[in-house]
Amino acid sequence: MTVAVTLLASALSQRIEVIAVAVGICGLIFELVRRKHLMERYAILWLLAGITVLVLALWKGLLTRLSHAVGIDYPPSALFAVAFLFVIVLLVHFSISVSRLSDQNKILAQRLALLQERLEHGQDGASDPAVPEATRIEEELPAG
Amino acid sequence: MKRNLAIVPAHNEVAAIASTIASIRRSAPDFDVLVVDDGSTDATAERAFAAGAAVLRLPFNLGIGGAMQSGYMYAMENKYDLAVQVDGDGQHDPSYIPDLVSRLHGGRALNMVTGSRFLDPHGEGYRSSAARRVGIRVFSFVVSRITGQRVTDPTSGFRMTDQRAIELFARDYPCDYPEVEAILLMHAHRLRSGEISVQMRPRVSGKSAISSTQSGYYMVKVLLAVFVGLFRTRPAQRADDVTPDVRTRVT
Repeated sequence: MTVAVTLLASALSQRIEVIAVAVGICGLIFELVRRKHLMERYAILWLLAGITVLVLALWKGLLTRLSHAVGIDYPPSALFAVAFLFVIVLLVHFSISVSRLSDQNKILAQRLALLQERLEHGQDGASDPAVPEATRIEEELPAG
Repeated sequence: MKRNLAIVPAHNEVAAIASTIASIRRSAPDFDVLVVDDGSTDATAERAFAAGAAVLRLPFNLGIGGAMQSGYMYAMENKYDLAVQVDGDGQHDPSYIPDLVSRLHGGRALNMVTGSRFLDPHGEGYRSSAARRVGIRVFSFVVSRITGQRVTDPTSGFRMTDQRAIELFARDYPCDYPEVEAILLMHAHRLRSGEISVQMRPRVSGKSAISSTQSGYYMVKVLLAVFVGLFRTRPAQRADDVTPDVRTRVT
């Protein structure tokens, strides 16, 4: 990305390099999804980033125009700002995902231990297979 | 089947677990014993089972909050009336269990009773570091302000809960350092809690979940959880439940 930024405003051969990088990013993401190393919902964000770089490389005046429109004199600064914001949003998104996964993981461990106890030594007298509502995984965090 | 359950969270307590179970049996013969083996790597689970306890084996370490919640889930599924937490390391003296029971039922009935190390001003208190006592003092102040009643030992895990509180904790129990938050959770759901004075024993084995280096993190984490908890909407737990107030009243 950094390489791409410094090259954006320069000569044609360098723009071709940037286009290659952007296409490479998109191709890599596509391949990761195809091999199931990356879920679609996370791939979308990265594909958007790759496509953004691609569009900026193809459309020469766009970055300059956009940055001037929001009052930034030095176009690469605008790009840095947007890229930085993107990374921050992505990290927060991942923190949320990790929190949700930890919580679901905890519930699975608890359910497993309860089932194992019932299977191995449990008295069937009071057996009540109903899963308590609040332990249903999707309820643990608001959607999104 | 008995109607009362002693939940014993244990993580690598092989040296203490059998004697803890035996002393619960002696002091509180009308309690079933459930050991929640929180991902121990030693023979805690086997030793506990051999000593006649029911054992929940967590496949990996969840921490005290996740372990206790498993115990409450077990208590709810098996329809126990009472549950008491007795730590596996021998710190909690089961001879106080009858006192906890009588306080829970006695006079003004409560939903949760905690064994406090600091309630008796003439007691020898708990032999712990000054830093830890200052921390407990801070939590005590905050929790007392929020709940509007005096809470002297909000970090004590030596607790007895009735069926309402068991159901609540089975559904919603704090994760990492649960004791302080659990009191506020009770308060948010309009359940009543109180304390009795107890002495605690030095632990037989293992080490505290909170080392001195972690205690700073502990303070920050719990204070953050307390603060955020003030703004949390709590779902009603039962059809006849009064919907818990979003704004926990600060007195």
